[in-house]
Amino acid sequence: MQSQHIMRSFDEELRFLANQIGAMGGYAERMVDEAVAALVGGDVALARKVIEDDLYLDLKEREIGEKAVVIIAKRQPMAADLREIVGAIRISGDLERIGDLGKNIAKRVVAVTEARQPTRLFRGLSSLTELALTQLKEVLDAYATRSAEKIGFVRDRDEEIDAMYTSLFRELLTYMMEDPRNITACTHLIFCAKNIERIGDHATNIAETVFHIITGTTMPPERPKVDQSHKIIATVPAAQGGK
Amino acid sequence: MQEEQGAARRLLKAAGERVARFGPVLVAAAAALLLLDLYLGGTGLGAALAVLVLIVVAMLFPERQEKRGAEERIDGGARLIETLPATDLAAAVQDPLYIFDEAGGVVYANRAASAAFGPAVPGLSLQLKFRAPEMHDFIARAIEGVNGDLAIDYVERVPFERAYRVSATPIGEGTRLFVLLFKDQSEARRIDRMRADFIANASHELRTPLASIAGFIETLRGPARDDAKAREAFLQIMHDQTGRMARLIDDLLSLSRLEAKPYGRPGEKVDLRLLIGGVRDALAHLAKESGVTIELDIPDTPLEVAGHRDELVQVFENLLENACKYGSSGGRVVVSAGGGGPGEERTVTVTDFGPGIAEEHLPRITERFYRVDVETSRAQKGTGLGLAIVKHILTRHGARLSIRSKLGEGSSFTVHFPPP
Ligand SMILES: Nc1ncnc2c1ncn2[C@@H]1O[C@H](COP(=O)(O)OP(=O)(O)O)[C@@H](O)[C@H]1O
Ligand SMILES: [Mg+2]
Repeated sequence: MQSQHIMRSFDEELRFLANQIGAMGGYAERMVDEAVAALVGGDVALARKVIEDDLYLDLKEREIGEKAVVIIAKRQPMAADLREIVGAIRISGDLERIGDLGKNIAKRVVAVTEARQPTRLFRGLSSLTELALTQLKEVLDAYATRSAEKIGFVRDRDEEIDAMYTSLFRELLTYMMEDPRNITACTHLIFCAKNIERIGDHATNIAETVFHIITGTTMPPERPKVDQSHKIIATVPAAQGGK
Repeated sequence: MQEEQGAARRLLKAAGERVARFGPVLVAAAAALLLLDLYLGGTGLGAALAVLVLIVVAMLFPERQEKRGAEERIDGGARLIETLPATDLAAAVQDPLYIFDEAGGVVYANRAASAAFGPAVPGLSLQLKFRAPEMHDFIARAIEGVNGDLAIDYVERVPFERAYRVSATPIGEGTRLFVLLFKDQSEARRIDRMRADFIANASHELRTPLASIAGFIETLRGPARDDAKAREAFLQIMHDQTGRMARLIDDLLSLSRLEAKPYGRPGEKVDLRLLIGGVRDALAHLAKESGVTIELDIPDTPLEVAGHRDELVQVFENLLENACKYGSSGGRVVVSAGGGGPGEERTVTVTDFGPGIAEEHLPRITERFYRVDVETSRAQKGTGLGLAIVKHILTRHGARLSIRSKLGEGSSFTVHFPPP
């Protein structure tokens, strides 16, 4: 649909690239959300849809790459414009990987839900996914609105995701030790959790690219840790049980 | 077709009214013309024609006048409207609103939009900001002028759930500008979700009567196999239970709508004495399982209230069930009743001698899904809905629930019915 547009200006070409990233980002976010929903709800049909959606991301990544090469060859852009185009290529690569990770989760749905699992097994994974999706959304929103200030928080959230993954890993291990019948499902769930954690890593990669596109500098490596006490590691306050 | 006829009828009626309004003048004119025509030796045909012309003019003339009046009335506002900046209008809209160009770039975002979706920078690409596949395509279709849906549903899941109905419309003619308008649907969606959760979770309420039937069947097959009298009694209880289960399903469905729509006070007369006796019998199995004896301390006189029998059964079943389950360590549960004099409120109190409930939980335990201790509740096959149902039913009856509890000593739940 989009490709029928007649390209008039360089600006429009750049905008076209950004819109394509938007399309990819929307798909990747949806895939991760649906993959985990399929896992939690034991929805095999939804899992199948997610697996099919991955084809779209592969295709779009190729398209963006080719388009970017054409633009570079034709316009020979410099500085900011070049960063913009190369950045689009990198972001599309990360989004394609996120799609793969989502697909990977979807592929485990059948194995995990063969036997009905207690819901407590999934609770941690759901909140981990929520964190990762929030991270991804914030990063892509920052790309859309060109706001470099927001990107600094991404590192913090990445740490939060790591901590949550570690705690979830331990929790799933206890379930496995509690009851050997949980072992198969929990093993799959640990892999799923690992995939989500890696989605967070890709979101961080995108954040670095976006920062570079906007400012022309690389993101400062690791901010000095001043105060750890404000960190909330395990989310979901206990009072939530009430509503 | 019907509309056309309607329009024609309206037109005729309006014309008729006008003719009627100018009636005396028209009649006088017609008479004068006819006289003149006859006087001049005509057949009256010329006069008839002239009268026809007269009537038609009368029908049309006032319409023009009316129209002109209407135009003048609007004119004052229209002059203002024409010079009013579009941005003033957009800013006055309370819902998030974007104006965007044919490249999908944001030209204007009102305050509600910035508040909901973050500040918009100039040239912000809408298709990058609103990436969800259906939104992405929706915006593309709007720009290309393809006739598709006029509006779509858009949901943001993180960081917290929000749902919108979104419409995209071209502005004016040839401006190549479009408006994207968000209508918040989060509240409606939340209520829907709550209902779905509620029904799914509350279906556990069916398990209690089912388990009790299963228990009776077991007894009928085993110990009571040859006891004709017991068999008759058990079958009667089972019959009552299955009937109640069916009604319970109906109630669960309607209960989800209860919160939004307070019900009128029910009129049936219910004798609480009999009702509570029945509930005790139905829960005999559970009481035995929990090692609890249920004692009734109820006066001999009838204790009548206005209410729905099935619903009140649910109320006392839930209270007694909780007392047996959570207060089993006390070994006994007492149901007492009071009041009943003329103009006096009727009270029924269910008391257990279990662990009690800590003060900070008391105001909250009637909330849906609230449990003091999730593990204990789950072990007891609870879902945290029982007291929420109790509260809703009592509200429907104009009654209320008061709870007294002391840690280590037990709890008492009192239902207060208004005097009949
Ligand atoms: N008699 C009681 N003694 C102690 N705790 C109680 C008693 N009744 C209710 N509760 C507490 O209130 C919570 C809510 O009760 P309820 O709404 O009936 O839900 P459920 O029994 O399904 O868990 C229970 O989980 C329990 O923690
Ligand atoms: Mg209960």
